[in-house]
Amino acid sequence: MTRKKPISDRVADWLPRLVMAPSLLVILVGVYLFIAWTGWISVSSSRMVPSYDFVGLEQYYRLWATPRWHIAVVNLFIFSSLFLLVTMGVGLVMAILLDQNIRAEGALRAVYLYPMALSFIVTGTAWKWILNPDLGVQKVVNSLGWEGFVFNWITQPTFAIYTIVIAAVWQSSGFAMAIFLAGLRGIDNSVIKAAQIEGATLPRIYASIIVPMLRPAFLSVIVLLSYIAIKNFDLVLAMTNGGPGNATEVPSTFMFQATFRRNQMGVGAASAMMMLMTVAAIIIPYLYSELKESRNGH
Amino acid sequence: MVTEHGSAARARRIGRLVIYGSLIALAAFYLMPLWVMITTSLKSLDEIYGGSFIGLPRSVTFEAWSKAWSQACIGTSCTGLKPYFVNSLMMVIPAVLLSTGIGALNGYVLTKWRFKGSNLVFGLILFGCFLPFQAVLLPMAQVLGKLRLSGTIPGLVLVHTVYGICFTTLFFRNYFVTIPDELTRAAQIDGAGFFRIFFSIMVPAALPIMVVSCIWQFTQIWNDFLFGVSFTAGDSSPITVALNNIVNVTMGRKQYNVDMAAAMIAALPTLVVYVVAGRYFVRGLTAGAVKG
Repeated sequence: MTRKKPISDRVADWLPRLVMAPSLLVILVGVYLFIAWTGWISVSSSRMVPSYDFVGLEQYYRLWATPRWHIAVVNLFIFSSLFLLVTMGVGLVMAILLDQNIRAEGALRAVYLYPMALSFIVTGTAWKWILNPDLGVQKVVNSLGWEGFVFNWITQPTFAIYTIVIAAVWQSSGFAMAIFLAGLRGIDNSVIKAAQIEGATLPRIYASIIVPMLRPAFLSVIVLLSYIAIKNFDLVLAMTNGGPGNATEVPSTFMFQATFRRNQMGVGAASAMMMLMTVAAIIIPYLYSELKESRNGH
Repeated sequence: MVTEHGSAARARRIGRLVIYGSLIALAAFYLMPLWVMITTSLKSLDEIYGGSFIGLPRSVTFEAWSKAWSQACIGTSCTGLKPYFVNSLMMVIPAVLLSTGIGALNGYVLTKWRFKGSNLVFGLILFGCFLPFQAVLLPMAQVLGKLRLSGTIPGLVLVHTVYGICFTTLFFRNYFVTIPDELTRAAQIDGAGFFRIFFSIMVPAALPIMVVSCIWQFTQIWNDFLFGVSFTAGDSSPITVALNNIVNVTMGRKQYNVDMAAAMIAALPTLVVYVVAGRYFVRGLTAGAVKG
C-alpha cells in the first residue's frame, strides 16, 4: 500500500484538471485579468494610448462632470425601466394567452420569438425605416386621410429614446414570453381547478394565485432583461447613432465614443467600470442564489 | 337552466374569440417589420419615394438585392456585402466549433470528474456569461495588437471562442448533470479512461445539447457587432459592421430598398437556422434562466 502509484495513474488523476486548465486560464485572463486591466486604465491618465501611471479617481470625477455621461445615465434609467416594464407586461400577457389550449400554439410562439434570432443592427435598420416620418408609419396614416397625424419621435431629441424602447420591446418580449410560459407549464393544474370549484373567475385566479406563483420566472426575466438593457449598444447605434445630437446617448455608446473616437481612454475605462459594477450588482446575487438553490435541491 | 347554460357557452365563445383575436393581432405586430423589410427590398426606388410603404410591390424587382450583394458601397469600396458575408462565415464556423468542443469537455469535467474547487471554477466561468464586454474591450484590443491579430478574422475567432466558452460550458454542464454518474462509473470499472468515456458515452448522449450550443453560438457570433466594430476596420469587418456602414451612408438619395435588402441578407443565415431548428434555439435562450 505504501508503494507509490505508477506515473501513468498519477497522470490519469490529474487529467481532468489538465483538460480544464486551458479554459480556466483563458477565462481568468480574458475576463478577470482584463477587468483588472480596465480598472487600472481607469485610474491612470490614459488618453490616446494607455499609460500606466496613477492619478487616483480623477477619471471618475471627470466622467461624472461630463454632461454627456449624465444624459447617458438618465437615458439608461428611462430606457431600462420602461423596457423592463413593458416587455414583462407584454410577455406575461402573451404567455397567459398562449396557455389557454391554443391551436397552432407552436407557430404563434415561433412568430413571437423570431426577433431574438436577428441582429440588433438588422432590426434597428428596419425600425429606423418604419419610424421615418417622411416615408414610414406617419406617411401611411397621413395618406389614409388623417392629415394631422404626427409620429416623428425618432427625430425629436426628447422622444427619440422612446422609439428605441419600442424596438427593444418588440425584439425581447418573445423571450420574456418563453420564460413565463415555461413557468406557467410548471404550475399544477389542480390549483386552478380547485379555485374554479370555489367559484373564482379566471382573471381572479390569474391575478391572485398564478402570477404570484411565477415569482422565480419574474426574477429570471428581470435579471436577464436588465442585462440586455445595460449592454444595449447595437440597437441605439443602428437606430439613432446616439442622436439627434446626443439625445439617445447611453453608457455603452458613451464608452465606445470616449475610448475609440474621442481619445479619452481613461474616461472610457471609468465608464466601462461603472457599467460592470452595475451589472455585477444585479448578476452576482442572482447567480449566487440560483447556484445555492440548486445545490440544496439535490 | 337551459338559457343559463346557453349564455355561459356564448360567454365562453366570446372569450375564445377575444383570445384568438389578441394573439393574431400580436402576431401581425411581430411580423410587420419583417414584412416591411421584405416588401421594401423588392420595390424600385421610385415606387418607395412615390409613397408605397406597407403595400405589396407593384412590380417585383430583385435589383436592390443584387446591388446590396455585389455593388453597394461600404466606405470607399463598392463591393457589396459579399466579401463581408464571407468574412462572417470564416469567423463564425471555427469559433462555433471550437467553443462548442471546449464547452463539451469542460461540462464533462465539471460534472463527472469533480475536483476540489470545481464549483468555484464553474462560478468563475458562469459570471463570464454576463460580462458586459465594454469592461474588456481595451485590454483585448491591446492583446490582439501584441499578437498581431488586430483587424483580422483569426483575431475575431479568438475573441468569440474565449467569451463563447462561458455559455457553452454552462450548456454542457447543465446537460451532463442529468446523465447518471453510475453510467460513467460502470465504464470506469470496465477500464475505460477519461477520453474513452467522453467519446463513447458522453458525446453520443449529448447530441441535442450540441445542436443547442452550435445554434446559440452561431446566432450570437453572427449577430455580434461590438467586437466587430471595435477590433476590425475596412475589408476584414464582419457583415453586421458592413451593414451598418451601408445604412449610414449619407450621400445622395437614400436607397432604402438596398438598405432593406442588405438587412435581409445579413439576417438570412440566422433566420434560416431559426426556422429549421427554432426549438433548439429557444432552449439555448432560456438556459440563462434555468437553474445552474
